[in-house]
Amino acid sequence: MVRTVKEFTRHDGRALDELRPIKMQVGLLDKADGSAYIEHGRTKVLVAVYGPRDVHPRHLASPEGAILRCRYHMAPFSTEERKNPAPSRREIELSKVIREALAPAAFLDSFPRTAIDIFAEVLQADGGTRCASITACSLALADAGIPLRDLVASCAAGKYGGRILLDLDNVEDQEGEADLPVALLPAFDEVSLLQMNGLLTEEEFNEAFNLALKGCKRVYELQREALKEHYVAATSVVEEET
Amino acid sequence: MSVFFEERKLVFPGELLAEGDFSVGANVFREGGRVYAGRIGLAVQEDHMVSVIALRGVYEPKVGDVVLGKVIDLGGSSWFVDIGCPYTGVLNASDVYGRGFSPQTDDLSNALAIGDMVIAEVLQFDRTRGPFLTTRGPGLGKITRGRIEKVTPAKIPRLIGKKGSMISLLRGETGCDLTVGKNGWVLVAGKSAEDEELVGMAIRKIEREAHVPGLTDRMAEFLKSRGKRGG
Amino acid sequence: MSLKIVPDITRARIWDLASKGKRVDGRELLEYRPIRVETGVVEKAEGSAQVSIGSTKVLVGVKVETGEPFPDTPDEGVLTVNAELVPLASPTFEPGPPNEDSIELARTVDRGLREGKALDLKKLVIAPGKKVFVVFVDVYALDYDGNLVDASALASMAALTQGKMRGYKVVDREVVWQDEKVPLPLLHSPVAVSIGKVGGSLLVDPSLEEEQTLEARVTVSVDEAGRVCSVQKGPGCLSPNQVLEAIGIAKSSSQRLLQELKEAVPVA
Repeated sequence: MVRTVKEFTRHDGRALDELRPIKMQVGLLDKADGSAYIEHGRTKVLVAVYGPRDVHPRHLASPEGAILRCRYHMAPFSTEERKNPAPSRREIELSKVIREALAPAAFLDSFPRTAIDIFAEVLQADGGTRCASITACSLALADAGIPLRDLVASCAAGKYGGRILLDLDNVEDQEGEADLPVALLPAFDEVSLLQMNGLLTEEEFNEAFNLALKGCKRVYELQREALKEHYVAATSVVEEET
Repeated sequence: MSVFFEERKLVFPGELLAEGDFSVGANVFREGGRVYAGRIGLAVQEDHMVSVIALRGVYEPKVGDVVLGKVIDLGGSSWFVDIGCPYTGVLNASDVYGRGFSPQTDDLSNALAIGDMVIAEVLQFDRTRGPFLTTRGPGLGKITRGRIEKVTPAKIPRLIGKKGSMISLLRGETGCDLTVGKNGWVLVAGKSAEDEELVGMAIRKIEREAHVPGLTDRMAEFLKSRGKRGG
Repeated sequence: MSLKIVPDITRARIWDLASKGKRVDGRELLEYRPIRVETGVVEKAEGSAQVSIGSTKVLVGVKVETGEPFPDTPDEGVLTVNAELVPLASPTFEPGPPNEDSIELARTVDRGLREGKALDLKKLVIAPGKKVFVVFVDVYALDYDGNLVDASALASMAALTQGKMRGYKVVDREVVWQDEKVPLPLLHSPVAVSIGKVGGSLLVDPSLEEEQTLEARVTVSVDEAGRVCSVQKGPGCLSPNQVLEAIGIAKSSSQRLLQELKEAVPVA
C-alpha cells in the first residue's frame, strides 16, 4: 500500500491506491436461485438471480442459449435526495452495461430457450454502484449454479485533485476530474466493462486503467473468500455420500 | 500434464484445475489447453478425467430419470408438467392412456387435471424440445396421497445415505414411504398427516444440516424423540 | 429477425481478412469510410448538421430555449442530448419509446460533448440559479449501416459549431432579445472514434456487417488536444493491451474527423 505523500490525504484517510472497506455475503435470500449482498464503503447493493427459467414472452426465447436479462435499479431512499422509483435513462444504460459485463462469463449456450434474470437493487448509493453491482451479480450467478467461465470483479479508478486514485467514493466522483469503472475476468485477463467520463491525457488514462485493474484483482480475492466462507461448510455433505 | 488441486478441494468458477491432456467431466471446461472449474463444488480426478461435483445447480433432466411433477397446463393432446427445472415437461395423452388420444371420447382433465402431481420418467430431452415424460411404467402415475418436500438435487445423496442408511432410517422410524425424484422432489406417504409432517421436518433438517458431520446419528435422535411425543 | 443473423461464411470472411489487415469493403483496418458533413440543413433549428459515414446517415438538430438550471449547477446552462432510432432508418428499428440502444447512444454522445466541454455552459446563464439557456441536441438516425455513434457525435459537434442563437442582453436578470444572431459559446471540439475487435485485430468505423460480427466494440471520445474525455465499451471483452491500443488509435483517428469538422464549418 502506497502511503500518501506529504500533505495530500483523501477525505476518508485512505491511501491513493487503497480500496474502501468491502463486505460480501452470498446466499442470503430464500426464494431466489442465487443471491449476494455487497457493502463497498457506504454503497450497498443486493442482488438476486432467477434462472435458468422459462422465458416470457415466448418469442424472446433463443434456441442458441439462455437470454441474460439484467435490471439495475436504485431504491428511492438510496440517495441523498429521494430518487423517483421509475427507471431513469441512467438505470437503463447501466442495466445494459452490467449485463454486457457479465455475459462473457456465463455459459449461456448450456440452457437454450431459457432466461437468466438478474436483479440488482442499490439500497444505498455512495459512488461505484455499477462496480459493486457487477461484483455482487457475479457472486449471485455462481450461487445460483449458473455455469461460469470465471467470476467478474469490478472496481473503478479516477482522478481527483489532480491525482490518480483508486476507488472513488461519491464525494471524489462528484468533484473529481475523471471516473473510470472497469470489470475484469481475472482468469483470462478479459476486460468486460470499460467506461470513462472526465478528462485524461493518454498517460493518465494508462495509469488510472492499470490501477483499476489492480483493484479488480483485489476484489476478486474478496469474492473468492466470501464464497469460501459460505460454502466450506457445505462440502462435507458431498464428501460422505459420493 | 499437471493437476493443481487436492482431491475434493472446494473450487469456484474460473479456478485452474489442470493443464494437459485431461478429459473434461461434469462442471468443468477446457480453454487454451487448460481445465477450469465451471461451478462451485468439489474438484475430483478419476484417471484422466477432471470434474467438479457441483454444490449448486438447477436440475438438468436426463433420459431415464424418474421425477415428480406438477401438472400446470393442458394442451390439445398433452399436459404440461412442472418438474422444477427450466424446461416445462410435456406428457402426451398417449403416454397416459396407453393408446391414441380420441377427442370425442377422452377428456384430458378426467385423467389428469391442473394441480395433480405425478411420478414420471423422462423419455426424451434435447436442446430444442422437451423434456417429454411418460407415466406408463411400474411405480409411475398420478399421485393420490401424501405430501411433497423439495431438496437441492445436489443433496439427494445425503437424503438417501450410504447404502440407503438415511432413507431406511426415515422409513423405519415413521412408517412412511418415500419416493425421491431425481429432480429433488420427494413424495412422502404415510398412515397419518403427523407421520408425514415428521418426515417433512426431518427432510428440512437434513437440507439445513447436511454439511455437519454425524447427521445420521442426529437424525435417529431427532426421529426417536419426536416419534414418542407426537405419534 | 433474419436481418440480424450474419451467415457463417460472411463472419469467417470478415475475420480472415482482418487478420491480414484488410476488410470486406477494401478498407484498411484504421480507415474511415467516406465522410460527408453538411450543416444548416434545418433552418428553423438554431443549429443542424447531417453527417454520413459510408451509408450511415445521422441528422442532428440543436434547439436553444430558456429554462431552469440544475440545482447543483446554478451558474451553468443546461445541455441535454436525446437520440431517436426512428424506424425509417433500419428494418430492425421498431417504433416506441427509447430503448436501451438509443439511450446508450444519447448518453455516449452526451458524455463526449459534456466531459469534452464542447459548450461553455457558464456563458449560457441569464439569472444564476433561476434562468439559463437550455441547449437541446437531438440526434436523429436516418440510415443505419453501422457506427451511428461517430456520425452522431460528429453531427452534434458540427451543429453546435455552425449553430446560431438569437443575440441577447441581460437587463435586470431578464433576457432582452437583439436582432442579430450570435454563435453558441464553444470551448473544445470532442469527437468520437468507435473501434471494433475482430480476433486479435482492432478496426475503426465498423460497418453494419462488421458490427454484427465483432467480438467487442469500444467508443473513445477525444478532444482536439488528444485528451480522452469519454470511453464506452459495448458488448464483448478486450484485453488490457487492446484497451490501451484503442486509446492510441482513437487519438490518431480523431484527426481525420476534426479535419472534416473544420472543412464543413469554418469557425467564425
